[in-house]
Amino acid sequence: MTSIVKPPVRHPSLRTNALGLTLRDYEGVMSTLCAGCGHDSVTAALVQAAWELELEPHRAAKMSGIGCSSKTTAYFMKQSHGFNSVHGRMPSVTTGAAAANRGLTYIGISGDGDSLSIGLGQMCHAIRRNVDMLYVIENNGVYGLTKGQFSASADVGSTSKRGEANEQAPIDPVLLALSIGATFVARSFSGDKKQLVPILKAGLSHKGLALVDVISPCVTFNDHDGSTKSYKYTRDHEVEAVEADYVPVHLEITLPERAAPSDGGGELHVVPMHDGSAVRLRATAAGYDPTDRASAYAHVRACQARGEVATGLLFIDPASRDMHDQLRTTAAPLVDLPFESLCPGAAALDALMKRHR
Amino acid sequence: MNGVNDFAFKIGTVNGTGSASANGLLMQAIFRMGIPVSGKNIFPSNIQGLPTWYEIRVSKDGYMARPSEVDLVVALNPATYAKDVATVREGGFLLYDSSWPLPKELERDGIQILGIPFGRLCVQNFEGDRERTLLRNIAYAGALTALLGIDMAVVEKLLEETYGKKPKLLASNHTAIRLGREYAEQHFECPLPFRLERMDATGGSILIDGNTACALGALYAGATVGAWYPITPATSLMEAFKAFCEKYRVDASTGERRYCILQAEDELAAAGIVIGAGWAGARAFTNTSGPGISLMQEFIGLAYYTDIPAVFFDIQRCGPATGMPTRTQQADLVSLAYASHGDTRHPILFPANPREAFEMAVQAFDLADRLQTPLFVATDLDIGMNDWMVDRFEWDDSYRPDRGKVLDAADLEKLKRFSRYLDVDGDGIAARTLPGVGGKGAYFVRGSGHDKHAAYTEDSDAYIEVVDRLRRKFAHAATLVPRPAYTLRAGAEIGLVTLGGCDAAVREAADLLAAQEIPVDVMRIRAFPFPEEVREFIESHERVFVVEQNRDAQLRSLLTIELGIAPERLTPILDYGGMPLTARVVVDSVVRHVGGVPA
Repeated sequence: MTSIVKPPVRHPSLRTNALGLTLRDYEGVMSTLCAGCGHDSVTAALVQAAWELELEPHRAAKMSGIGCSSKTTAYFMKQSHGFNSVHGRMPSVTTGAAAANRGLTYIGISGDGDSLSIGLGQMCHAIRRNVDMLYVIENNGVYGLTKGQFSASADVGSTSKRGEANEQAPIDPVLLALSIGATFVARSFSGDKKQLVPILKAGLSHKGLALVDVISPCVTFNDHDGSTKSYKYTRDHEVEAVEADYVPVHLEITLPERAAPSDGGGELHVVPMHDGSAVRLRATAAGYDPTDRASAYAHVRACQARGEVATGLLFIDPASRDMHDQLRTTAAPLVDLPFESLCPGAAALDALMKRHR
Repeated sequence: MNGVNDFAFKIGTVNGTGSASANGLLMQAIFRMGIPVSGKNIFPSNIQGLPTWYEIRVSKDGYMARPSEVDLVVALNPATYAKDVATVREGGFLLYDSSWPLPKELERDGIQILGIPFGRLCVQNFEGDRERTLLRNIAYAGALTALLGIDMAVVEKLLEETYGKKPKLLASNHTAIRLGREYAEQHFECPLPFRLERMDATGGSILIDGNTACALGALYAGATVGAWYPITPATSLMEAFKAFCEKYRVDASTGERRYCILQAEDELAAAGIVIGAGWAGARAFTNTSGPGISLMQEFIGLAYYTDIPAVFFDIQRCGPATGMPTRTQQADLVSLAYASHGDTRHPILFPANPREAFEMAVQAFDLADRLQTPLFVATDLDIGMNDWMVDRFEWDDSYRPDRGKVLDAADLEKLKRFSRYLDVDGDGIAARTLPGVGGKGAYFVRGSGHDKHAAYTEDSDAYIEVVDRLRRKFAHAATLVPRPAYTLRAGAEIGLVTLGGCDAAVREAADLLAAQEIPVDVMRIRAFPFPEEVREFIESHERVFVVEQNRDAQLRSLLTIELGIAPERLTPILDYGGMPLTARVVVDSVVRHVGGVPA
């Protein structure tokens, strides 16, 4: 994670968003990941999504654990605070930060080792609490930083670079998240920016935990013919369930509706987000309902049985209640409350002392 | 002991039968009679069916430590008869339930045995197993009002306060008290030779446990985020915090809560939540015990190395592994002081009683913010869960939290560059910013190697610069933490060094030693790192004993490691069976070491 600062050279013709910021303003330091790493594509998609959403960089916080994926929080939004914590523990640190300051946008980046092995419990409980955050798993089925061990998402029969076959059943974060009540579940592929960017934007706008599993091949340890998380395997076996088209609210008002996706099929779901904007979901399969947990689960299972990877926005609960809704926390961030509203004072203490007589 | 307002009694029952309310009633009644009193609940790690004891000590001189001997045992649990009868002092009394013939185990010469048929009285007067079982406890409390001379007006008032809104319960409690009391008056000479007489020594005091006190401290310090995982004996701390928050921090009109309490999936997550919240700018804390501290190690190191404030209440319990969860000890000292891998050292506060726990809980948040580091408040089961008689808590409304060095947007404007870990003031503490501040304030927290600008590094010099700053910060902490407390005697050449909950027993021991013409000075250490005067006390005494509740003399180890004091200068007095310390243990050890014969 050596910090290589990018030169602040800016082409005068770069487009700016409503905040007057260019895409470059959403970048971080230079990536030190292997050339061609899927994670860098995810980073680029995040930069694009944040720029398009006009996120104020300093109002976002980037959270991660340990691993190749967790390094990427340094590679975008350098004007945001970042927290590279300990292995598998990003969810609890983010939970604490979100508890303290609900006014920020939390972007959690994790990997399959970080979230599905050492941090599996933390991920599940962050989902159960429905912490208001984007939770990206950059999933490559392999431990990259320690040079090529299988992770818990490696498929049975998948072989390592040394030819060893994996015998243990994988943990699929999408199926897991659906089963424990996640309110937003999506899957995409790092090489499919067209699909990934709208999903990330929808996830950032979701109130609650938005889990986005991104198949992100490891070019060094897991991009060979025996791997089921290689670029080739994923491209050949990807099935898109729902195409997400995120429309920010003010664009929706001023611009004509975008054309329907080129593949044309399926019905259109318009799901309102808590910030007033809307995410539009186009099901490729007729009758696919992204708001029905059971059918989402069945769809992912059916794809799996056919050797396909279900991608797209698979499930969303439009009535999601996040951690603070459940806890009835005050609307103002706790960090902004004046001390006087927290300390009951001397008179109250005196009264309390009488109860201990 | 064993005179007026100077004796101890113990009640042995089966847990889960409702004896706690009877024991609480007795303790509170004595307190309201103006007589100093302390209670120790010796309970099992179990919900129902195992032996449990409650010891009450009455001390006109105000000694609060666990009694060295027991004058009266109320034996109501046949499973522990043999053990209970053996704990009565020579010449003392034993009261048992004579609904059944005197069992052989209870026969003993040299004590007086009193029988009251509590079970039969309750069967005759109450309906149903539940009521009969519960009220048997109130009946023994009634007998004790007569045997010990407890003021009935006080008892009546307490019952009225407790059951005033439940007339049926009030009536049955009255009946039970009367049954026990009248039986005792009719059959025995009441009161016993040791008895109670009204005093006026508790007016400025309260009865409170340390966990409630810590929770109150957290509330008053403005803590807003509490994260925890249930564990004995720390659980009641967060439950008390929750109750206080519900009382004082809920908006009356909207129901909105000005706090966030998260029951985590484990202690790792609890630590992570606290650290995340501390980083984001909230005052956050967790409450745990030894096993939880073990699980939190990695996170503690992260907060240390990245300068994040976090408050940990460690309510110490007995033993490694699961150990004895309902017994007390001070055996986490070394594991707190150096928690986590790599070079780490952490400040710890050691309250001696609930009153100090309240004050130190507030101080803990100030110090954690000031020092930007994990900070521990180490109490123990005895302080945490037992009711102690202490001075009323006081609050100064002019108090405002010390949030330490936090730069806001305006501060950042004036800076050319913000460097998160740059030691500008020379105290080892670098200014921080909170997420969301904007401008030049953004930085990247990383547990991996970082330089003073918070940038990643694998460079030796840059690494050393940061960890040497942390060492300076720790040295600076020694000037900020609470100083030791002293009890000094003219001409003393012996020094007793102790900490935390040993205080009451050690100060009582000092009085007893003085009576044997062995004057001793007492220094109670109140915090780690040790202020310089700790060394001065040790060096200025001919002979120094270190009194603590663990097997391996952990405080003594810390003194030798941190101050470079030769181990042979410090004689350990160790008590680690899990019970609160008694003065006798200390007196006997000192007398033996100075060549005398223990009484």
